Amino acid sequence: MLKNRIIPCLLLKNEGLVKTLQFKNPKYVGDPINAIRIFNDKEVDELMVLDITASKEGKSPNFSLIEQFASECFMPLGYGGGIRNMADAQTLFTLGVEKICLQTAALNDLNLIRKMADKWGSQSILVSVDVNRNWLGKPALYSSSNGKSLSMPWLQFMKNAVEAGAGEIILNAVHRDGTMKGMDTELIKLAADSMDVPLVAVGGAGSLADMKAAVAAGASAVSAGAFFVFHGPHRAVLITYPKYQQLEALFS
Amino acid sequence: MIHIVNYGLGNLSSIANIIRKMGGKSCIANHPDEILTAEKIILPGVGAFDHGMQQLMDKGWIPALNHVVLERKIPALGICLGMQLMCKGSEEGVLPGLAWFDADVVKFQIPAGQNIKVPHMGWNTIKIKKNIKLLPLTEQEQRFYFVHSYHVVCNNPEDIWVETSHGYPFTAAIAHNNLMATQFHPEKSHRYGMQLMQHFIEFSC
Repeated sequence: MLKNRIIPCLLLKNEGLVKTLQFKNPKYVGDPINAIRIFNDKEVDELMVLDITASKEGKSPNFSLIEQFASECFMPLGYGGGIRNMADAQTLFTLGVEKICLQTAALNDLNLIRKMADKWGSQSILVSVDVNRNWLGKPALYSSSNGKSLSMPWLQFMKNAVEAGAGEIILNAVHRDGTMKGMDTELIKLAADSMDVPLVAVGGAGSLADMKAAVAAGASAVSAGAFFVFHGPHRAVLITYPKYQQLEALFS
Repeated sequence: MIHIVNYGLGNLSSIANIIRKMGGKSCIANHPDEILTAEKIILPGVGAFDHGMQQLMDKGWIPALNHVVLERKIPALGICLGMQLMCKGSEEGVLPGLAWFDADVVKFQIPAGQNIKVPHMGWNTIKIKKNIKLLPLTEQEQRFYFVHSYHVVCNNPEDIWVETSHGYPFTAAIAHNNLMATQFHPEKSHRYGMQLMQHFIEFSC
């Protein structure tokens, strides 16, 4: 049986590892290479690294740092942040990244997703769809590079991305990011029911039960940040990952 | 020394990485002449079947590959698309494959109503069907990372090395004399993949 994947999502700012709260206030949590080594030892299913400032600042991915990550990873590695064109993608794949994740470039032009999927196959091209709920609870598509909500319906954008060739969608509930207060299962269900490709749900996981709820709502995989790097009520930095047997019991 | 065939598809650095990690030596072969005297080769590959075969043809790899694998009979390991290219052909394309195995490649046909996604992406457990030195015959669970939408169907059941299940049981690895191939990615499968690569480094026919 295929296992539901549990994927630590590491946020990169400059060359440090950070964790945000609702996409704001990045807090430094440590050295990324060190974190990747620990996750490697813990045999995580997969790893996702997102550079949260690259697109904001119009910078290219930090290729030399990513190359170091790739050489440490004996599990699949995904990378997102600042990927603007085919050349960026080619460089990342050559360095040893398995999956690339796009948002800003995909919001600008889904044709780029189409070209990438044609060249490298859908399975390596992910589109990250960020959704934020306003004070009325209404969900809206969100652009992480400028922090604004967009008028295009989020579900439509997600379907367009899949149609263009995205092999996986990362659905991030911005309002839950870093809160560890549970995942937005309503959004997860809406998304999973509207497409055939695997959905990676992220945002709000604070317990294994939260992850189980996301899978029950239709997610193929669950990603989390705070859950894997913070420990205890005072959010002390401690890298953890559930044991394989625990995950097996959780999803059986 | 293991030559990793660089025909323009596949994550070569990940494979080189794990060989280095396991204490082996590898090099990237960028031209068919470079493999003529190789001791072992790995045929990697990620992407579409026809694109893969076209690249092999355009760059003149096929005569050199046939020579080392069929005449010199050196150990060869195919990974993912590399495994599929070793078959006769694929539903994904129209070009003939290398036909080293009497096998075809078909798309996953998941029965309607089952909540099973394609591609088959993620970690799955395996069932070993015959004893090949690369994988231990153990009762303990072994798991590997998969990502693919098409799978191999052997016409000769004796070629089936490993089975796994996604909607239904399918062939996840094949082997025949000096030829071995896995649909999963040992280079991305933690200690299970490390062990397989270690055995390939030590393997002799």
